[in-house]
Amino acid sequence: MKSSKEIFEILKAEFGDKILELKEDIPVDPYIIVTPDSTEKIARFLHDSSDLQFDSLMVLSGVDDNNPVKTKDEEGTESLSGGTLSVYYHLYSIPLNHKIVIRAVTEKENPMVQSVESVWKTADWHEREAFDMVGIRFENHPDLTRILLPYDWDESSFPLRKDYKNPEFYQGMKIPY
Amino acid sequence: MSIKTEHMVLNMGPQHPSTHGVLRLELELNGELIVNVKPHIGYLHRCFEKHAEAMTYPQIIPYTDRIDYLASIYNNFGYAVTVEKLMGIQVPERVEYIRVIFGELQRIASHLVAIGTYGLDIGAFTPFLYCFRDREKILSLFEMTCGARLLYNYIWVGGLSHDIHPEFVRLTREFLNYFRPQVEELNQLLSYNKIFIERTANIGILPAETAINFGMTGPNLRGSGVKFDLRRNDPYSIYDRFDFDIPVGDGRMGTVGDCWDRYFVRVLEIEQSIRIIEQALDQIPEGDVSSAIPKRIKPPVGSVYGRVENPRGELGYFLISDGGLNPFRLKVRGPSFVSLSVMGELCKGHLIADVIAILGSIDIVLGEVDR
Amino acid sequence: MGILDKEFSDSNIIITNFDNLMNWARLSSLWQLGFGLACCAIEMMATSASHYDFDRFGVIPRNTPRQADIIIISGTVTLKMALRIKRLYEQIADPKYIISMGSCSNCGGPYWEHGYHVLKGVDRVIPVDVYVPGCPPRPEALLEGLLKLQEKIRNESSVKKTA
Repeated sequence: MKSSKEIFEILKAEFGDKILELKEDIPVDPYIIVTPDSTEKIARFLHDSSDLQFDSLMVLSGVDDNNPVKTKDEEGTESLSGGTLSVYYHLYSIPLNHKIVIRAVTEKENPMVQSVESVWKTADWHEREAFDMVGIRFENHPDLTRILLPYDWDESSFPLRKDYKNPEFYQGMKIPY
Repeated sequence: MSIKTEHMVLNMGPQHPSTHGVLRLELELNGELIVNVKPHIGYLHRCFEKHAEAMTYPQIIPYTDRIDYLASIYNNFGYAVTVEKLMGIQVPERVEYIRVIFGELQRIASHLVAIGTYGLDIGAFTPFLYCFRDREKILSLFEMTCGARLLYNYIWVGGLSHDIHPEFVRLTREFLNYFRPQVEELNQLLSYNKIFIERTANIGILPAETAINFGMTGPNLRGSGVKFDLRRNDPYSIYDRFDFDIPVGDGRMGTVGDCWDRYFVRVLEIEQSIRIIEQALDQIPEGDVSSAIPKRIKPPVGSVYGRVENPRGELGYFLISDGGLNPFRLKVRGPSFVSLSVMGELCKGHLIADVIAILGSIDIVLGEVDR
Repeated sequence: MGILDKEFSDSNIIITNFDNLMNWARLSSLWQLGFGLACCAIEMMATSASHYDFDRFGVIPRNTPRQADIIIISGTVTLKMALRIKRLYEQIADPKYIISMGSCSNCGGPYWEHGYHVLKGVDRVIPVDVYVPGCPPRPEALLEGLLKLQEKIRNESSVKKTA
């Protein structure tokens, strides 16, 4: 059983600047921020390393961080753009009984995170869901399609983004009440 | 001369006679053998997570009921545990005991539906009627306490909506005394039925390693022989005070991790739940059930992942709070969602008729798969 | 009144009008499509199981729409499902009846405001005969809904169209 501090040290020694920081000061679960372009390698290490043995991915969630940057153009009208999306990986080790949360932050403009489907099969559907709901694209995912919403749903519309607007119609059916 | 053959694609659902809800399975067949199964879900996607972002914390509780409508109490329970963990609320002893009693009664009710409909899927109608007869008795215990049969809105953050009925303890004991022999009857009707065993033993074998890698939890994982139960391994509420066993699949009728094992783990769990309820009824203290309910639920900035052992496995809530009156993000980890993803793996090489047996044995609730 | 206008006791002849006979036959064997959607489906199952016994009203679940007379829309209708429900409805032979069970299929229920993927009432895609309120309705409420439907069928006429 290892604390999140120890896990952070191990990861930092192994991956260096791919591991950004350990966030411990807010309740309840501390998390480790990593870069989105190396999640697969980190996941493989967390899974295989005999000190860590994270054999189960409890949940993978896509989150819109809702931190757009306010910009003013020449005429003075304000517009919001940019911001980040995050993927949270909640990991648990059944043999060693310890937990850790990993967070990968990516740009909202072109959200791209490496898939961990090859490490934990649980990630397959969870990544599809994160793509469906928040619009994060997962590199090397075998079948990244919509899972909950219909396949012909508007391609650029992701319901759990904070700036989402409910559509009016779907296939001729009125959606608002 | 070689005959040119090709795989046939057969569509099963979303309306189909097997009573597990609106699920579409795309079966790729070689003759009658299954080459690949692709589940298509989302026919019951009710936007729970979007609602959670727009509602205040107490308002979300009735929506959690509707995630897994066969185990509503447990959804309330998991949500309450998660928010309490973030806010650091200590709930009164009496509340904890009542929560455990209701949770375990709900587990029995949920397993009864799972067992009854599993029999129905495979062609045994009678066990379904027996199971629903006993389930009605549990529902009337719930109804007596909180006035609802199916969706209760009973467990609140910090407490309960009502105290139990004065007659509740006596009637629950009466029910348990009545119900214990019924489990044996159920075994004779279904579990040890020759036809049932033929249909389920050695079908849909799930090795322990695959089960863990796919994130299976609950009876599906224990059916594969892994002794893992959150009530024991990561205790929440007061589960560490009770004496109970964790049944695992032992391959008695075939191979470890087959459909029969997963089914029989549920039967054994019913007996363990009875044990827990009896201990809790003996120890339940007097007290108040609403003293710890906060006037205004406004958790601090932070994130928390709370998980409980739902009848179907690990039900987790990942909650991010920005310090406001409604959650910033609430993600539900449904056990059925994860269990269903293993369908493709389990069905390979089996016959079409076995798909129904396998689907029934992993016991999914579509409300929770799609949320 | 039942179907009998006149019965001749010494022979097997009864006299009744055509509508009465047809309506009597239809209302007492309403075979339903075995089709559950969401939470209400569990109450529908409870209604057809041992305690409430739907069978005594002649309601027997059939597995294919081609043999069914009624659909009980039991639960939230999502946009993805609505198209399938419409197709199922079209496959049922006339006369066909719909019972909308529960708030969700009546009007969207608790999902009316933020449900971007919920159809706000099944009557936007198919016509509904009886609405049963409740979330979920108790089995007794569903039975009451069925009795209302039987009443409606009893007053139908093959010559003049009723509402």
